[in-house]
Amino acid sequence: MSTRLARGGRLIDRSKPITISFNGRRMPAFLGDTLASAVLANDQMMVGRSFKYHRPRGIMASGAEEPNALVGLGAGPRFEPNQRMTTTEAFDGAETASQNHWPSLEFDIGAINNKFSRFLPGGFYYKTFMWPRSFWKNVYEPFIRQSAGLGKVPTDRDADRYEQAYAYADVVVVGAGIAGLTAALGAARSGKRVIVLEMTPACGGRAVVDGFAIDGQPAEGWVAAAVDTLRGMDNVTLMTRTMATGLYDHGYLMAAQRIADHTPGDGRPKQRLWRIRTAEVITATGAIERPLSFAGNDIPGVMLAAAVRDYAVNYGISIGDRTVIVTNNDDAYRTALALLDAGLTVPAVIDARPTVTGALPQAVRDRGVRVLEGRGIAKVHGGKRVTGVEVCVQAGEGAMIEELGCDCVAMSGGWSPVVHLWSHCGGKLLWDEARAMFRPDANRPPLGADGRGMVRAVGAANGMLTPDEVLTDAHAAFGDGTAPQTNAPDEARMEPVWIMPQGAGPKLRAKMWLDPQNDVKVSDVQLAAREGYESVEHTKRYTTLGMATDQGKISNINGLAVLSDALHQQIPATGTTTFRPPYTPLTLGTIAAEARGEIFQPLRRTPIHEWHEAHGVEWEPVGLWRRPFCYKRAGETTHAAVNREVRNTRTNLGLLDASTLGKILVKGPDAGKFLDMLYTGVMSTLPVGKCRYGLMCNEQGFLSDDGVVVRLSEDSWLCHTTSGGADRIHGWMEDWLQCEWWDWKVYTANLTEQFAQIAVVGPNARKVLEKLGGMDVSKATLPFMTFAEGQLGGFNARVFRISFSGELSYEIAVPASEGRAFWEKLIEAGQEFGVMPYGTECLHILRAEKGFIMIGDETDGTVIPQDLNMAWAISKKKPDYLGKRGQERSFLASPDRWKLVGLETLDGSVLPEGAYAVAPGVNANGQRNVQGRVTSTYFSPTLNRGIAMGLVKHGPDRMGEVLDFPGDGGKVHQARIVDQVFYDKEGAKNDA
Amino acid sequence: MPNAVSALNGKAFSGFAQITEAGLQGMITLRGDLASPVIAEAVRAATGTPVPGPRQVVSAGGKSALWMSPDELLLLVPYADAAGIAAQLTPALSGEHALAVNVSDARAMFRIQGAKAAQVLQKLAPVDFDTLGADEVRRSRLAQVAAAMWKSGPDEFTVIGFRSVAGYIMGLLENAALPGSEIA
Repeated sequence: MSTRLARGGRLIDRSKPITISFNGRRMPAFLGDTLASAVLANDQMMVGRSFKYHRPRGIMASGAEEPNALVGLGAGPRFEPNQRMTTTEAFDGAETASQNHWPSLEFDIGAINNKFSRFLPGGFYYKTFMWPRSFWKNVYEPFIRQSAGLGKVPTDRDADRYEQAYAYADVVVVGAGIAGLTAALGAARSGKRVIVLEMTPACGGRAVVDGFAIDGQPAEGWVAAAVDTLRGMDNVTLMTRTMATGLYDHGYLMAAQRIADHTPGDGRPKQRLWRIRTAEVITATGAIERPLSFAGNDIPGVMLAAAVRDYAVNYGISIGDRTVIVTNNDDAYRTALALLDAGLTVPAVIDARPTVTGALPQAVRDRGVRVLEGRGIAKVHGGKRVTGVEVCVQAGEGAMIEELGCDCVAMSGGWSPVVHLWSHCGGKLLWDEARAMFRPDANRPPLGADGRGMVRAVGAANGMLTPDEVLTDAHAAFGDGTAPQTNAPDEARMEPVWIMPQGAGPKLRAKMWLDPQNDVKVSDVQLAAREGYESVEHTKRYTTLGMATDQGKISNINGLAVLSDALHQQIPATGTTTFRPPYTPLTLGTIAAEARGEIFQPLRRTPIHEWHEAHGVEWEPVGLWRRPFCYKRAGETTHAAVNREVRNTRTNLGLLDASTLGKILVKGPDAGKFLDMLYTGVMSTLPVGKCRYGLMCNEQGFLSDDGVVVRLSEDSWLCHTTSGGADRIHGWMEDWLQCEWWDWKVYTANLTEQFAQIAVVGPNARKVLEKLGGMDVSKATLPFMTFAEGQLGGFNARVFRISFSGELSYEIAVPASEGRAFWEKLIEAGQEFGVMPYGTECLHILRAEKGFIMIGDETDGTVIPQDLNMAWAISKKKPDYLGKRGQERSFLASPDRWKLVGLETLDGSVLPEGAYAVAPGVNANGQRNVQGRVTSTYFSPTLNRGIAMGLVKHGPDRMGEVLDFPGDGGKVHQARIVDQVFYDKEGAKNDA
Repeated sequence: MPNAVSALNGKAFSGFAQITEAGLQGMITLRGDLASPVIAEAVRAATGTPVPGPRQVVSAGGKSALWMSPDELLLLVPYADAAGIAAQLTPALSGEHALAVNVSDARAMFRIQGAKAAQVLQKLAPVDFDTLGADEVRRSRLAQVAAAMWKSGPDEFTVIGFRSVAGYIMGLLENAALPGSEIA
């Protein structure tokens, strides 16, 4: 059984007991434990089940490479699925629950898949779910969806908060093991700005567990001194609990800092995502131990050798009384020594190498442990935990030589450098034959903005595995003088072992797990190769090798070695799959950071926003603005409110908050020439003080924006744009001025937010302005389409005599800071004239009754002004304007284009939005032919019936014709083609 | 003028740094050839300062000139004077291709005060505050909106953003200054 030893555990604080729970069982632990060490201290070897066969799964590793030990952590608003137990710190009260089993971890129905595993080979999904086709929707997909994913999705809103922060450095050192610390000291002493990122709470990496001396002092003391030195330097920031998750172009590094993961609810942000820009990255990310592929290597109790000694040394945990070690290298002997030091027994070390002569094996032999040379494991005994192993000859086929009883198997197949960050941004790898590993190719690093390498790998991350190699390599990155020296013994060469024993038959190979989470075995990869899968990327997807939540950290190298063997090619010819960020999963909260709730997205408010809010507004989003759709009175429906606003504006007085309209100042000697190019009409000839409606098209000729242009002075114009178009049109203007017509003397300024703009509309509009007083707004002094500046009721105002409603109308701009006060003044002064505010729906109806187009309704990016019968707004005299050439192309000049008309239903009802008018016959796809569509449709309270506009083929030539518009439920709406102006065609009211 | 109210009417928040909407502030956008002696004279007349160099802010007697782009300055003057100064700039610049316009009401201004004021902005703006000069203004963004910021005192930063998103900016700053979220 696994248990806590009486002594030891350098990372735990035995004076601070805590309690966690696992599947409802309370377990004592200590501060400093991970969830993994906490459950192991309580004999919980089995922590989950595999994805496909639901086989029992135990903890295999002690770090980020752990494939099995994922749990749901917390409850309610703090529940998080798929938390890796080996990297999650235990805290008092932590509730954990295992995943992927039903009804319980101990007894699982899905484990029946295991009995049928020979019917569930690699590529099973592709083979099985192909036929019959009709089964996909009703049988296969629901089944796959139900079994997809491991953890449960949280159901509550996340109680925690997250944030991001930016940082800048000359050098970021990733990893604070002895390699990272050495490199960081070198960089820091040379005066560089250094950030050191360490994913665990403690620095030192493997060295402090392996226990050699550096420069004469124990590694732990050397590490503590190095950390102290770095923390004392102003140019160094050292962050623990911070995982470098991805490296991107130009030295852009992402790192997730766990701040309150282990202290939930203490008021601090749970995590902070660091977005770091650095000139150089040093990856000192260490290496990951490889498992060995022998039958039964997935049974709980079979662990990585270094993890077994991590648990003993760091947490004072015994996985079992008797640990058999199986290895192909010297490093695993350190595990034997650590276990012997802890008072545990090692029945034997099974070494696949024919002769074993190194110093570390000798030290183990000296303590009376048998070293079985040239041997392997044929098979592991046990179900939910290991009970023993069968020893065989590594060179043979798996015949048992002897059986060893044990509770734990510590395996080591050598080490693979962690090359993820190096690879994220294009760094290439080389296959080091002697070390049997892929490691960074220093000649092909990821390149920075200057075309030079921006990453250097040092230490184990660079393939340097012995302590002296590590320190020499890391020291060379920045240091001069001599590198720190250790007393670690030399290690003999490892010997690659991809399957154990070498000649294992099909039965054994079908029990050799490569990817324990996704249940991919040696036999599956070999089958894929036989079926023609040659690319490692294809094999990955076909077999799901390395696609589990650990992303193949321990499985990839073994898998591609097996694939290479099956394809009879060298490992570098097979290559690796692509290393993509993030290195370990990032929670979505950390990525979203502050962008939630009120500050999920910027909300643009006009100066009158709060008044609307206090007066029954129903909002409509317009870009990032909110505009009043209508103002509802007590007990009123939206429809009734809109109709009331329309009738009142037509008969009395309406006020519209038009502040969102774009207002762009264009000034300079070439401003007139510039506007003549931008608009289809002529703006350069507009007299000072006059307004003119204009259209803007893109280069293709399609209508892009519209609005009223005002000539403010000899060399300045004010261009009104649509509410949604202000920023886009300002950018469009600057684009032409900066990139194409850079020598034209024109400046622009976006004044949209400088002014609150209020439309004062209706027969009583002039009366209320006259009541405010200060300016002559009479028809004689301020006729239609003119502009004046002055004092209105004590406010500095620009008054535009323009109309988008067909009524007598003034648009009045005042400084935004006075907008609310001016609005309230108008409301107060307007009481005797029947004033009511109105919203955008009323605005739409008023303009539709007048047949005015709306950008975004009558236009959709495929409509040209000519389609809207607006040739009158296009100058024939100008040699050019943006869109002119486009409009001359055959399709846009075709007489067969759909053109704007009014539509009037025969029964007075309202046409459905976007409805199509059908034509006889069907098209090549068997669909009904169409000849037009509805672009705007409303109930007109003024006319008391439905009105609409639409684009219809040859429309203006077909006045009086009736079209069929099929609607929902088989209903056909019939509408007659009419003039688009439904109200006051002669414009008398407008010109009052 | 007596009716004028700034975007958030001086709203304040006290976290690990003090956040304040700074109230009405006169601002004038000036575009033109920044090397021109006419512009230099006009800037001196308006603010009492020389034309700032690239990314520079220069101040004198409570007025400032901020470099916005190779052909654009932002002049900070008292709110009540802004319209008048902008109006005087136009004749002062006659004969010069230039644009001077009052934008006081199009903006909102914030102050972030306290020993850890930079940390508030560090969470929102991709700006290296350790190397930001004492007289350097940075046009960047706060999360999703445009902003300009500079170190306006020993423990103080000033931020200018657009008026319509003043509420969003205040929300960002408050959230970033919540106690317990200090960076180390």
